[in-house]
Amino acid sequence: MLGLGILSGLLILPLVGALFIAFALKDDAAGQRNTRWVALWTTLATLLLTLFAWADFDTTKAGFQLIERREWLGPSIVYQLGVDGVSMPFVLLTAFLMPFCVVASWESVTKRVREYMIAFLVLETMMIGVFTALDTVLFYVFFEAGLIPMFLIIGIWGGARRIYASFKLFLYTLLGSVLMLLAIMAMYWDAGTTDMIKLLAHTFDAKMQFWLFLAFFASFAVKMPMWPVHTWLPDAHVEAPTAGSVILAAVLLKMGGYGFIRFSLPMFPDASVYFTPMIFALSVIAIVYTSLVAMMQDDIKKLIAYSSVAHMGFVTMGIFSGNMQGLQGAVFQMISHGLVSGALFLCVGVIYDRMHTREISAYGGIVNKMPWYGLAFMVLTMANVGLPGTSGFVGEFLTLMGAFKANTWVAAIATTGVILSACYALWLYARVVFGEVTRPVFETIPDLDRREMIMLVPLVLLVIYYGVQPGPILDASAASLDLILKSYQSAAAAVSKTAALAP
Amino acid sequence: MLNVTPVFAVPALSPALPELMLAVGALALVLIGAIRGQSANGLINVLAIALLGATLAAVVGFGVDRAVTFEGAFINDAFGRFMKVLTLAGAIMALLLSLDFMKSRGIEKFEYPILIVLSTLGMMMMISSNDLISLYLGLELQSLALYVVASIHRDDAKSTEAGLKYFVLGALSSGMLLYGASMIYGFTGSVNFESIAKVLQGQSSTGAIFGLVFVAAGLAFKVSAVPFHMWTPDVYEGAPTPVTAFFATAPKMAAMALFVRVMVEAFPGITLQWRQIVTFLAIASMVLGAFAAIGQQNLKRLMAYSSIGNVGYALTALAAGDLAGVQGVAVFMTTYLMMTAGVFACVLALRTREGGHAETIGDLAGLSKSRPGIAFVLAMLMFSLIGIPPLAGFFGKFYAFSAAIHAKLYILAVIGIVASVVSAFYYLRIVKVMYFDEPTTTYENGAAGVRAVMALSFAFVFLFALFAGPIVGAAATAAKSLF
Repeated sequence: MLGLGILSGLLILPLVGALFIAFALKDDAAGQRNTRWVALWTTLATLLLTLFAWADFDTTKAGFQLIERREWLGPSIVYQLGVDGVSMPFVLLTAFLMPFCVVASWESVTKRVREYMIAFLVLETMMIGVFTALDTVLFYVFFEAGLIPMFLIIGIWGGARRIYASFKLFLYTLLGSVLMLLAIMAMYWDAGTTDMIKLLAHTFDAKMQFWLFLAFFASFAVKMPMWPVHTWLPDAHVEAPTAGSVILAAVLLKMGGYGFIRFSLPMFPDASVYFTPMIFALSVIAIVYTSLVAMMQDDIKKLIAYSSVAHMGFVTMGIFSGNMQGLQGAVFQMISHGLVSGALFLCVGVIYDRMHTREISAYGGIVNKMPWYGLAFMVLTMANVGLPGTSGFVGEFLTLMGAFKANTWVAAIATTGVILSACYALWLYARVVFGEVTRPVFETIPDLDRREMIMLVPLVLLVIYYGVQPGPILDASAASLDLILKSYQSAAAAVSKTAALAP
Repeated sequence: MLNVTPVFAVPALSPALPELMLAVGALALVLIGAIRGQSANGLINVLAIALLGATLAAVVGFGVDRAVTFEGAFINDAFGRFMKVLTLAGAIMALLLSLDFMKSRGIEKFEYPILIVLSTLGMMMMISSNDLISLYLGLELQSLALYVVASIHRDDAKSTEAGLKYFVLGALSSGMLLYGASMIYGFTGSVNFESIAKVLQGQSSTGAIFGLVFVAAGLAFKVSAVPFHMWTPDVYEGAPTPVTAFFATAPKMAAMALFVRVMVEAFPGITLQWRQIVTFLAIASMVLGAFAAIGQQNLKRLMAYSSIGNVGYALTALAAGDLAGVQGVAVFMTTYLMMTAGVFACVLALRTREGGHAETIGDLAGLSKSRPGIAFVLAMLMFSLIGIPPLAGFFGKFYAFSAAIHAKLYILAVIGIVASVVSAFYYLRIVKVMYFDEPTTTYENGAAGVRAVMALSFAFVFLFALFAGPIVGAAATAAKSLF
């Protein structure tokens, strides 16, 4: 089609929707209604196209597929797209969640609807771009460009402290990213190309890897976010509108983990081995410390935000455990967390739309009038805890298993995080859903309406489905992860060999 | 055969054709103005823009590989042509921006476009200068015209002050430059860049380095690099806004081109020595530009500090001193030119009913509701100035810092990129005021010329990623001509 491949189509389609909204629709009542429908259809069309891409995708191959390549900035910086078993699930996740974001904003966003939907559609292009780019400069373009719509989404449609939160998000992430940009340049001058397929085959010398790893780490650690650079996340989550929180938790945080798997492990294997203890330490601190912090929150969104940091701790731990279980667990955990945390934020949005507060103490006993809501929230809470039978369990179990193989102590301490997560999540559930009916409003509060049902049911079902049937995601990523793991393991073997030679 | 140059030999004029066009044209415009008086204002404005446009076409059209004339004083090469195109574009945009402004303030004079043309002629001579004498001639022609233009609003105390300040400090910097040039001539025995380079090849003379320091100080003055930046905020604030737009664009292009040519053509043998100077200038400019702008409320002062910071990024690329460095300067200055012209166009497009214009950041409050189009353009320009992809500013910074990395100037690159994150704060503040606050002022439609510049710069900045390839390629060709 027009000489473009299916992945370019995925990037262009949301932009076409955004342009249509910008130029063809007016900002009156009818225009706003049409804007919502156009945005919904655009995201659905993108999802459909993603499914076509998925159908073309061969999960048995380890390398990149659906590759598109054309000249961009001179001969060495190219426009190159492609997916492998690691990126394909993230593309699917992004395209899958976008329609939910549009539906979630259907009634809650009433001012500047056009700008809102345009920002979301542009953001979708940038997110898909991050997961499909196969050129480091192109990757950086998408990675960074997503900041513009996210800054505006939080700043315009956010809560009371939105300006502080949006500035913090922007400056924090920018500072991390620019160091990565310098590393990208250094890699370009060393390897003579920014083509990621060639870079994966290129070997950087060990001293250079050290600095490159740190520069990429600065960017991905902020994006993940890892302790101690996670403080922007609770602010951003609390102030963002519901759909903004969903995208932030479900997709934007995954860019960090994806980056670790795509760049740090295979391109800087020696440095990865060298820094593994540091990452383990930071991950374990994140798991335990932020779980404790989450317990003490009195804002629902903030609690879920801190729990996200803890769950991302499992991801980094799994990635750097350096074995198949850990890596697969990390990918699975990211996808699962995308579904679970996205759905949890949607749940918070449902009661926020009714009560306009996120204070835990303002709620209580809403299960009496909202049984369906109570059920959905319960399944998601269990998934957040990591109960077997939900998708949350598979990821946590695999990452812990991987960590156990790599370092028993790390696994032992991280396991306490599972217990702590049960504490804060169940306590939150008990305080919000059960208990005395504290306020008369809750006697008349309506249960989920049709729109909210449409929004939550598919996510709840998927969370359970992947809990009992994790095969599809694990199989899709297996071959590619195996390839990535090889370089890391040979580096690790070299380290232990020199250690054995030492007197 | 005797090789004697006849006394009255006419040098080859064709390499300098665009400059000759501009000079003759400027004189013709003076004649028209003198004969028809102030009633010819509109005509002269149009003719001046046409003249600059024709010169631009001539620069692009008569591309020779490399030609030297006037006894080696004047050079026409790909680098010169690249920078001349930028300079002429800057001058044309500045004139378009000033058409309506001058009329509404009652300071429309036929001398104004002529002075712009004459200073542009000086800039083109600077860019093409190949020895210290023609360098100084071009520089002074440019500067003298600029001093007058700065105080063109002569009944306004601030404008007069700006002109005077610019003149006194500019004269001082010219003096330093001249002093340095005389020392270089004394120690190397030549004013020609190639001859100087030959003498300094392989051996460094302390006297020449001493002269180099003074020349660098004079050039730093002209590009307003820290610590020679003091005049910039006051002159930018005091001069009429379109004149400020001119100061921030065309002369910056010419002065930076001159800086590059002097350093790379005349002193390639002592790169390590001048790199220290340029590195210091770059770091100081980037850091001061980032921090000092945070407290500014006046838009023009803010843009002054922003331009100081941006000069620092260009100098970061120059510090590399190699092919990648010159390419970095060329790409960076291209994006900087279009972004700056766009910002000033946005400011000038915000015209109140009383004929005033937006002056402070507070005047932009809630612009996204009252003038969504301008607000969007200005927001994108701000994101571009921060260096967020896929906007033009990202590519400028990418090539500038990439050059520094190539030359292994890692500390410089890290300081610079961190400074650019700091500067993000004040650029974002403008976006915040426009998008997150409530409107206070209502604005009329901007003038046609202003809107044209705004549209052009927006299209360039917003869609740069799509046509970046050819521009980057042209910059690479330009850079190659210096090596």
